[in-house]
Amino acid sequence: MYVAVKGGERAIDNAHEWLAEERRGDVSVDELSVAQIREQLALAVSRVMAEGSLFDPDLAALAIKQARGDMIEAVFLIRAFRTTLPRFGSSEPIDTGAMACDRRISATFKDLPGGQVLGPTFDYTHRLIDFALAATGDAPLDADEAAERAGVDAERELIPHVMEFLDREDLVQQEPTDAEIDATPPPDLTREPLDFPADRPLRLQAITRGDEGFVLSMAYSTQRGFGRNHPFVGELRVGEVEVEMDIPELGFAITVGTITATECETVNQFLGSKSEPPQFTRGYGLVLGHCERKAISMALVDRALRWKELGEDNTGAPAQDEEFVLYHSDNVQATGFLEHIKLPHYVDFQSELELIRKLRAEAKANQAQQAEDTPFQDAAE
Amino acid sequence: MSKMDLSPGSEARKRRLSALSIAPEGDMTALWSAWTEVHGEPAFTQLRAPEIGTVMVRGRAGAVGAPFNLGEITVTRASVQLASGVVGHGYVQGRSKTLALRVALIDALAEDGQGADIEASFIEPLERDRGGKRAARDKKAAKTKVEFFTMVRGEG
Repeated sequence: MYVAVKGGERAIDNAHEWLAEERRGDVSVDELSVAQIREQLALAVSRVMAEGSLFDPDLAALAIKQARGDMIEAVFLIRAFRTTLPRFGSSEPIDTGAMACDRRISATFKDLPGGQVLGPTFDYTHRLIDFALAATGDAPLDADEAAERAGVDAERELIPHVMEFLDREDLVQQEPTDAEIDATPPPDLTREPLDFPADRPLRLQAITRGDEGFVLSMAYSTQRGFGRNHPFVGELRVGEVEVEMDIPELGFAITVGTITATECETVNQFLGSKSEPPQFTRGYGLVLGHCERKAISMALVDRALRWKELGEDNTGAPAQDEEFVLYHSDNVQATGFLEHIKLPHYVDFQSELELIRKLRAEAKANQAQQAEDTPFQDAAE
Repeated sequence: MSKMDLSPGSEARKRRLSALSIAPEGDMTALWSAWTEVHGEPAFTQLRAPEIGTVMVRGRAGAVGAPFNLGEITVTRASVQLASGVVGHGYVQGRSKTLALRVALIDALAEDGQGADIEASFIEPLERDRGGKRAARDKKAAKTKVEFFTMVRGEG
């Protein structure tokens, strides 16, 4: 049991003041603005939004600044802020097929409608430190940009999901249609505690806000053989999607926002089971912001957790264990429990201390007693 | 709800509010001051004071399957009533109360017979700007389109 302490207010205030000073760092160096973080550390902002479960780039950038770049602390700040807000409602499910893609690649089909669009990617870079970036200066301007922006009003071409091609041939396991889907709202772990067995919507919610490192490691473990399910990245896309919500006072749905999202669909080998014919199966990843590593990892972990509904064997792999995965994926929960042990536990520890002293005293007394009872044993040895 | 259900009036309002909800705050400030220079500041009462909240965004498993909760976005909303009694609603992404109130006002003015003016002064420029920005990104994306060739493996 944790027993609270009190006092130390002045020291705590001073510590926080110093923290603010350290956050600012050397005052001869320019202070970072929130807009700079939002624009120039966009992937850090994405990660904080994904794990904070709140898409608001300015807020995430501010959290990163306040947390001195400690990502989990920033996620914590976002989560805490979110709890102070009322929820107006839930959106219609977003249509990722209508995504305005900055990037869209497939590792399974070379030629496909919409093409392979690399977008702004680290892929195919040499991972050499670019010292040119250390020199400050204006970014290279795209000469065409102004011309391109001027009044172009082209109709966007929708890029079809790769999965549709396999779907048409009936080679991949089908997702349930709207008629087959339970009309009750999906479970929401921010409102109700996790409940097991968890259905797929609950698992997807938990994984999409899970710690990127944890989800990555779980996914990697399936690739290395712990719950192996041989995935191909059928498709990876990043871009902007509109969010529509029904507005009761209007009587129809309007766009209430746009989000950047990353989506990954994997195609997995599947030899068939008692209940399913041989076909490909799917893993699915969808993450707020631009988080490719996370989206791919999510798809692999989603697929591993689907062993039961696909009639596969549970090989006892960690990634197949939904309680293990879902209970340990949340970094705010994890860090809260882990870091609380550094806070004062004086009363706790006092009782442990007294207990151990008492036990030791008893043990010593017993030893002394035994020595008295068997006085000749030592000599005999 | 399908688009077929909506009356032309609701269809126009849906398009208007959808364009306004995601408009950049800077653009809106400029468009609004241009509007008030001509038409003046409208008199209104707040029916619902601006309020910051969230909307839970849903995705679908496998892009087309069962809905699940992806995460929230911040949204601010407000409702106003003009002196004529006409009501307007504003929903904007983000946390700007000023913007939510302004959108509600613009909606009310449009509902109060100034629809064509609002369309020309706000909706068209906002949509044009968004279309232009999007087209510029699309062009950038198109420049990164690749053709991969599979190499024939040599034997022996």
